[in-house]
Amino acid sequence: MVFFIIPMAFLFVLSFSSKAIVNGETSTTAYDYFNTFGNYIASAGTSYLVLLWRAIWTSAIATFVCLILAYPLAMAVCFAAPKWRPILLLLLILPFWINLLIRTYALYSIFRSTGVVNQTVGLIGLGPYEMLNNTTAVIMGLVYVYLPFMVLPLYSTIEKLDRSYLEASLDLGASQARTFWSVTWPLTLPGVITGIILVYIPCLGTFLTSDILGGPNNWTIGNAIQNQFLEANNWPFGAALSFILLYATFIALVIRALVAGRSKGVDA
Amino acid sequence: MSAPIVSIRNVSRRYPGGVTAVDNVSIDIAQNEFFALLGPSGCGKTTLLRMISGLDTPSEGQIFIGGEDMALTPPNLRPTNMVFQSYAVFPHMTVQDNVSYGLRVTGVAADETKRRTAEALEMVKLSHLAARKPDQMSGGQRQRVALARALVKRPKVLLLDEPLSALDAKLRDDMRLELTRLQETVGITFIIVTHDQDEALSMASRIAVMNKGAVEQIATPAELYEQPRNRFVADFIGKVNLIEAAVLKQTGKKVSCLTHGLGNIDVTSDKSCGDKATVAIRPEKLKISTTEPKGAGLIKSRATVRDVAYYGDTSHIVADAADGLNLHINVQNNTRTGGAGVDRGQKIWVHFNPTDALLLTE
Amino acid sequence: MSTPLKPGQGPLEYARRPWIIILFGLVLIFLYAPIASLIVFSFNVDKSGVWHGFTFMNYVKAWHNEAIFAALTNSITIAILSTVFSTIFGAMTALTLWRFKFPFKNIYEGFVALPIVVPEICMGISLAMFFNYTGMMAGVRDWIWPFNLINIVFAHIAFCFPFVAVVVRARLQGFNRQLEEASKDLGATELQTFTNVLVPFMAPSLVAGGLLAFTLSLDDFVITLFSSGPGSVTFPVKIYGMVKRGVDMQINAASTVLIVITLAATLIAMKLQAPSKTGH
Repeated sequence: MVFFIIPMAFLFVLSFSSKAIVNGETSTTAYDYFNTFGNYIASAGTSYLVLLWRAIWTSAIATFVCLILAYPLAMAVCFAAPKWRPILLLLLILPFWINLLIRTYALYSIFRSTGVVNQTVGLIGLGPYEMLNNTTAVIMGLVYVYLPFMVLPLYSTIEKLDRSYLEASLDLGASQARTFWSVTWPLTLPGVITGIILVYIPCLGTFLTSDILGGPNNWTIGNAIQNQFLEANNWPFGAALSFILLYATFIALVIRALVAGRSKGVDA
Repeated sequence: MSAPIVSIRNVSRRYPGGVTAVDNVSIDIAQNEFFALLGPSGCGKTTLLRMISGLDTPSEGQIFIGGEDMALTPPNLRPTNMVFQSYAVFPHMTVQDNVSYGLRVTGVAADETKRRTAEALEMVKLSHLAARKPDQMSGGQRQRVALARALVKRPKVLLLDEPLSALDAKLRDDMRLELTRLQETVGITFIIVTHDQDEALSMASRIAVMNKGAVEQIATPAELYEQPRNRFVADFIGKVNLIEAAVLKQTGKKVSCLTHGLGNIDVTSDKSCGDKATVAIRPEKLKISTTEPKGAGLIKSRATVRDVAYYGDTSHIVADAADGLNLHINVQNNTRTGGAGVDRGQKIWVHFNPTDALLLTE
Repeated sequence: MSTPLKPGQGPLEYARRPWIIILFGLVLIFLYAPIASLIVFSFNVDKSGVWHGFTFMNYVKAWHNEAIFAALTNSITIAILSTVFSTIFGAMTALTLWRFKFPFKNIYEGFVALPIVVPEICMGISLAMFFNYTGMMAGVRDWIWPFNLINIVFAHIAFCFPFVAVVVRARLQGFNRQLEEASKDLGATELQTFTNVLVPFMAPSLVAGGLLAFTLSLDDFVITLFSSGPGSVTFPVKIYGMVKRGVDMQINAASTVLIVITLAATLIAMKLQAPSKTGH
C-alpha cells in the first residue's frame, strides 16, 4: 500500500502543479503588481482580444475543414473491405507521430517562395507566389497537423454504427443524402463532437504553426503568450493570457459535455 | 399462376476474392404468397433477400419486381420493405417517428402520414407506446415497430430477415401466428429468410430450400417433407433414415432394390435410376412391435433397441438393425403409462409400408 | 440519389465511390508530400527547392554539428528517463484507479486526465513558472550533464504519465477478476498474485504506454521550450531556432533521423498492441 501511496501523493501534487502553482503565483504577483495587472487588461485589452478572436476563428475554420475532410475519409475506411481497414487508417494517422515542428517545417519548406511548389509552377512560367505569411497558410498548417485527431474519433464512432440503420433508411425510401442527414449524422454526433474538441483545443493554443507559416501578422493568442514569457518577460500578463485560453478550453469542454449529455443513448 | 410479383432470373452474386454467395438462382414468387427462403447459415439466402431489397446487387442476372427489372435500382426506389434481423429501429427517434420515417422522407402529405402512422401502430398494437424511445422497449416491441415501419409504406413485397431469431421461444410462437395473421390481413407478399425449418414449415405457403448458394427445391411445406427431391432436402427438413441401396431392376415406375440392412424393397419412382440410390423413410413412419407383424407387403426387420429418449408427446428410439444399420423411430406416447413400451437392449420388430418410403437418386 | 447501382456493388460501399477514392488520394498526397519532400531534399547538394544532385553531406555535417548532436543526445536521454518514470507512475495511477474505491475518486481521475486536455502552452508556462519560483530553473543550470536536464524530465513525466495511465487503464478494464481470485484460491499471496497474474496481463499495455511516452517526449516542443534553460536544448527546440534563421538542409537530415526513430517506435508499439486487442 505504501508502495502506491507515496508516488501517488507525489504525482497528485505534480498533477495539480500546472494549475495550483499558476494560481498561487498569479495571486502573489497580483499583490505586487495589482495595478499593473489591471492596467494591462484595460489598456492592451482590445489588441489582445483581437489575437484571441483570431485564434478562435482560425481554429474554427481549421476544425471545420478537418471535419469535412475527415468525415468522408473515415466513412471510406469504415466501409472498406476489412483487410484494408487497418492499413487505410494507419495511412491517415501515421503523420501524427511525426514531430509537430518537423511537419510544420516540411510544410514551410515546400511552400516557401523558393520551395518545391513554386519551383514546379515556375517550370510552366507561373509564380513565384507568396503562399506563406497569410491566414490561409495558418489554416492549412493547422489542418495538416491536426487532421488525424479528427479522423480517429470519427472512425471509431462510424465503425461502431450498425450498418443496418443506414440500410433501413435506404430501404424505407430515403435517398443517400437524406439517410446521411437523418440517420448517419445524428448517430455519429458524439464522435463528431469529440473530434471537434480534439482539434479545436490544440488549434486555439497553437503558436508554432502561426509563427512559422503565418508570420507576425497572423499571430494568435498562443504567440502572445510565448512572447510575454520568452521576450517581453511580463509573466503575470502571460499567465493572465494563458488563463483566458484555458477558460476558452474549459468552455469548449463544458459545451461538449452538455451536448453529449443531451444526445445520451444515441452513442451508437 | 398469374404473373409473378417477384421474378428472380439466373441471379448470381460473387464477391471479390472468389466467394460465390448466390449461384445462378431462379425463383418466381406469386402475388400474396408467404414465401420462405430456408437453408443452413451461409447458404446465400440472406444475400438473395438483400438483392431483392437492393441492399446488394447481383453480379449477373435480373430481378423483376412487379414486372420491372430492378436488379440495379437503388433500394430507396424499390417497392419493397425490409424487417431487419436486428430490427434496426432508429435509436434517436421515437416509435412514432420511426414508423412515419418512410412516409416523411418520400414526401407523403403530413395529414396522410399522421393517419397511416396511427393505423400502422394500431395494427401492431403499439399505439400506447408511440412516444417511447426504442431503448425503453423490449425486443418483441421493437420488432413490432420494425414491422409497422415497413408495412406503413404499403410495399408490394415485405422482406423479413430472420425476424424471429432474436426472440425467446414463447414469444417466437406468438409472433409466428401474428405474422401469418398480418400477412392475411394486409394481403402483401411476404418473403422470409430463416434457418429454422419449423418456422418455414408452419408459416410459409411455399419454401425454397437453399444450399451453398443454389436452390435445391421449391415446393409447399408438405411436398418438401413428403417428396424431397434429393438427400440434402430430405435430411435438412425434419429427421430421416437414409438407407443405401443398390438398384436391381426398374420396370416402369416400379424399382426393386437391395438395401443395406433391410433386404429387398420395392418402391415406386418417377425417375429412372442408375445403379445406386437411397431409400428415405421418416422416423414416424416406422412402427415397432414385440411380436412379428403381419400384413401384406410390409417390410420388416429385427432390431435391438439401443437408446430411448422420452419427449413427452413422443419417444425417439434408436435401434440397431442388420449390417450395422441404425434406425431412428418416433413413436406416439398414446397412453399415460408405459411410454414407448420398450427398453434398452430389447429385441424388437421394426416394420413399415413400402409406400411410405421414398427413393432418392440425387 | 437515383443513379443505378453497379453490378455486384451495394449501396453502402462508399469506399468504392470514385469521388471518395480521389479525395482519399489527395489527402494522402497532402499529408505525405511535404514529409517525402523533406526527406528527399535532405540528400540535395544545396538548399534550394530544385534537385541539384545526391549527397550524404547534410548528414555528415549534421553529425559533426556539435549543437545538433548535443540536442539529439539530450532529447534521447530525456525521452528514456521520462519514459521509465512515467511508465511506472502511469501504471500505478491506473492500478490505483482501477483497484480501489476512495472518496473523490472521480475528481482525482479528472485531474489525472487534465494534462491531456489542457493546452500545451498553458502547461508549459505553468511549469516554467514553477521551476523559476522554486529556483529549480537557475538551480540546476550548472549541474553536470544529464542532471541539468532534470527540469525537462520532470515536465515530460508530468505530461506523459497520464497517457500511460489511460492506456494501462484500458487494458485493465478487460481483466477478468476471477483470474485473481483463482490465483488466491490456489494459495498465492497478494504479492505473488500481483507479480504472477496482474503484471503479465498488463505487460503489453506497459510496453505500448512506454513507447507512447517515448514518442511524446521525443516529439515535445512546446512544453520543453518553456521549461528548458539555455544549456539544455533539446532537438525540437534546436530545430526551432534553426528554422527561425532560415532553411538549412542539415535540419532536413536531422529531422529524417528523428522521423525514422519515432516511426520505428510507433510501429513497434502498434505491433505489440494489436494482439492484445484480439486477446479479449
